[in-house]
Amino acid sequence: MIAGVIAVVLLLAVAAYACGGGTDYGAGFWDLTAGGAERGRRPRWLIDHAMEPVWEVNNVWLIFVLVIMWTGFPVLFQRVFTTMWLPLALAAVGIVLRGAGFALRRPARRLSGRRLYGAVFAVSSLLTPFFLGAAAGGVASGRVTSAATASTDAWANPTSLLFGLLAVAATAVLGAVFLAADARRFAAPDLHGYFRRRALGALAVLAVLAVITLVVTHGDAPHVWHGLTHGVGLFFVVVAALCTLATAWLLTRSSGALSRVPAVGVVASAVIAWGMAQRPYLVPTSLTVAEGAGAHTTLRWLGLVSLVAVVLVVPAVALLYWLDTHGELEGLTDADLRPGGAGEES
Amino acid sequence: MHTVLLLADAPPQTLPARSMMAFTLASHIILVPLGVALPLITLIMHGHGLRRNDPTALLLARRWSAVMAVQFAIGVVTGTVLSFEFGLLWPGMMGRWGDVFGIGFGVEAWAFFLEAVLIAVYLYGWRRLPARTHFLLGLPLPLAALLGAFGILAANSWMNTPRGFSLDRAGHPVDVKIWKAIFTPMFGPQYWHFVVAMLVTAGYVVAGVYAVGWLRGRRDRYHRLGFTVPFTLAAVFTPVQFVLGDSIARQVFHKQPVKFAAMEIVWKTDTHQPEYLFGRLHPNGSISGGIRIPQLDSILAGFRPDTKVTGLTSVSAADRPTATQATIAHWAFDTMVGIGSVLVLLALWYAALWVLRRRLPASPWFFRCAAVAGVASVVAVECGWITTEVGRQPWIVYQNMRVADAVTATRPTSLWIMLGLIVLVYVLVFGSFLVVLLRMRSRWRLADRTDAPRPPQEPPETDTPYGPRSAGSRL
Repeated sequence: MIAGVIAVVLLLAVAAYACGGGTDYGAGFWDLTAGGAERGRRPRWLIDHAMEPVWEVNNVWLIFVLVIMWTGFPVLFQRVFTTMWLPLALAAVGIVLRGAGFALRRPARRLSGRRLYGAVFAVSSLLTPFFLGAAAGGVASGRVTSAATASTDAWANPTSLLFGLLAVAATAVLGAVFLAADARRFAAPDLHGYFRRRALGALAVLAVLAVITLVVTHGDAPHVWHGLTHGVGLFFVVVAALCTLATAWLLTRSSGALSRVPAVGVVASAVIAWGMAQRPYLVPTSLTVAEGAGAHTTLRWLGLVSLVAVVLVVPAVALLYWLDTHGELEGLTDADLRPGGAGEES
Repeated sequence: MHTVLLLADAPPQTLPARSMMAFTLASHIILVPLGVALPLITLIMHGHGLRRNDPTALLLARRWSAVMAVQFAIGVVTGTVLSFEFGLLWPGMMGRWGDVFGIGFGVEAWAFFLEAVLIAVYLYGWRRLPARTHFLLGLPLPLAALLGAFGILAANSWMNTPRGFSLDRAGHPVDVKIWKAIFTPMFGPQYWHFVVAMLVTAGYVVAGVYAVGWLRGRRDRYHRLGFTVPFTLAAVFTPVQFVLGDSIARQVFHKQPVKFAAMEIVWKTDTHQPEYLFGRLHPNGSISGGIRIPQLDSILAGFRPDTKVTGLTSVSAADRPTATQATIAHWAFDTMVGIGSVLVLLALWYAALWVLRRRLPASPWFFRCAAVAGVASVVAVECGWITTEVGRQPWIVYQNMRVADAVTATRPTSLWIMLGLIVLVYVLVFGSFLVVLLRMRSRWRLADRTDAPRPPQEPPETDTPYGPRSAGSRL
């Protein structure tokens, strides 16, 4: 019972990371495709300003996912990291390069420096979600077993590759949708249209990929396919599909500010649908939630810790997002760091 | 013969895995003192500035928060790598013990969440939030940092003195007691020793920057304030750290006697043990080099020369650090204690002049020492970490799981390649970090020269924090 609750917490944390972290990775994706220094100047300017205050918080969801995994389901954690060694190791390297690239780009003043850090940031924004998605695909297709060792087959297979691509497409959708809304916030109407068009394009790609994934999982991950086409799993698939339509509809309307809600709905319900489709397994047909669960006491405490997290963290995160979307947060400029340039009323 | 075989059986993955963990942790640790204590130091300066309406203090606080922004970002990613490495390098430990000691990390995860939120609000709140609100929202930041440290230290102290479980017949942990697993015997000593180390180190590092400026003749109020606030904080806590350090060493003597033997290179259990300052332990138990002080080790451990100190030979060779590992732990320990003692003298010098003459020491030698103190305390932090990790060998979970049993089964070649890649990436990242900091410093120095021409202020830069807001400044 408690193991099931913690499994739901884990799933929700994964969904939160997919949405929060995904939006950030998406910003990196559009940074990569923004074009040369001159042509991409304005989109990159928006990406820098929109992401800055929130990206570290979005990243913490991943740590939360890992902690719940090793504390609540240590066996799952061990198996995932043993079988998916290479994609996860590459994802870890990608996370360093991405974070450092973004953090160092802003204080860099020369164009060559900004180019280098920007390229590092953008390329790893593409690779990291791909590898994380591929690892998830390996879990969904039941390739994470106790007998399996770190081999290419564990992640270089149709389901893994498609999950990787789905992850990238989902981040692109989220990134574009949020940036389109941010463009309005930063009073840049040209960028609003720019990102809206890209959001629609990415949404179309995501929908096509999702259909292909459904077809491929039929043979490659039968348990998950069954789950996705029946019961609760099907319900969330339908929700995801409806959210996709709603996002597209809102994006085609001139304002399009509300499209963030259904866009998050698409990604969150897709992740939840996957989790529900896996029931009662952590790894389809070889490791159930009950088998993979840690000690009973630990799970109860983990539930309590998660509850405290909800009570403390949710208001804090809400405050941050509120301040951010109301334009209260803004990086210090060079002028603020000069004597007499700031802080003095006179 | 049996033990020799055991040692030879250590899988070939062990060396690259340990090197990678050691490298990434040693790098991350450089950022930790700033992550834990820089917010506190900045808030003190910020509060001072607000209360006295002091523009210099506010400028310092803003500049420190600009440094914090870059430092925190890099700390977040190097920290994330560490949580990946638990799985990538030590799946055996996590699979078996994850549910026993993982809950500390659960606390750490949400503390870290709060920290990330608060730091984002603080760093990006300067311009738009009302001054008081901004400062008040920053205030819980040091508490969140302390809470995060609580989680990490709970996990590490558990690895040193594992409690809160019993083993079933197959040797698997059952009957987990979370409270006991968090508050293990080494937790208290390790936690306070760590927290104070972070305060002291961050204080000396920040003060060191202004000590250099002072030595180069920049003796304005800006440098005076930038030096005094962090240095005073560090100086106050240095003697405290000395007492805490002494107490944790005695705790190790009681709770992890073999580790203590390695730290002090004690070979045979005996009373009247001499203390060695440095020196090298050989596999046959002889010690070469170093300074030998008769009786002192026994006196330090139990206040009496006839205190019995457990030696390395009290356990079989397979259950204790090798002579080389013991020597490494011993050198790291002695270096840390040495640096700590010198820092206490420095703090006393500062305190004496402050109490007697109410002024900063004038001697350039004082400022030279203060400039070095920052680097020295980072070295001490690294040494402290080496002492605790190497001294615990060959155990990853003290007396319950060997490092060799926890290591990943991934091909050693992959691990070596990954190590090379990580070293390359980290050198680039930390190199860039340093360059960015130095560039910031030169820009600020240029801006501080009153005769320098003011660069033209562009539209987005005219708005000042805590000042009147101009309309249409969103762009």
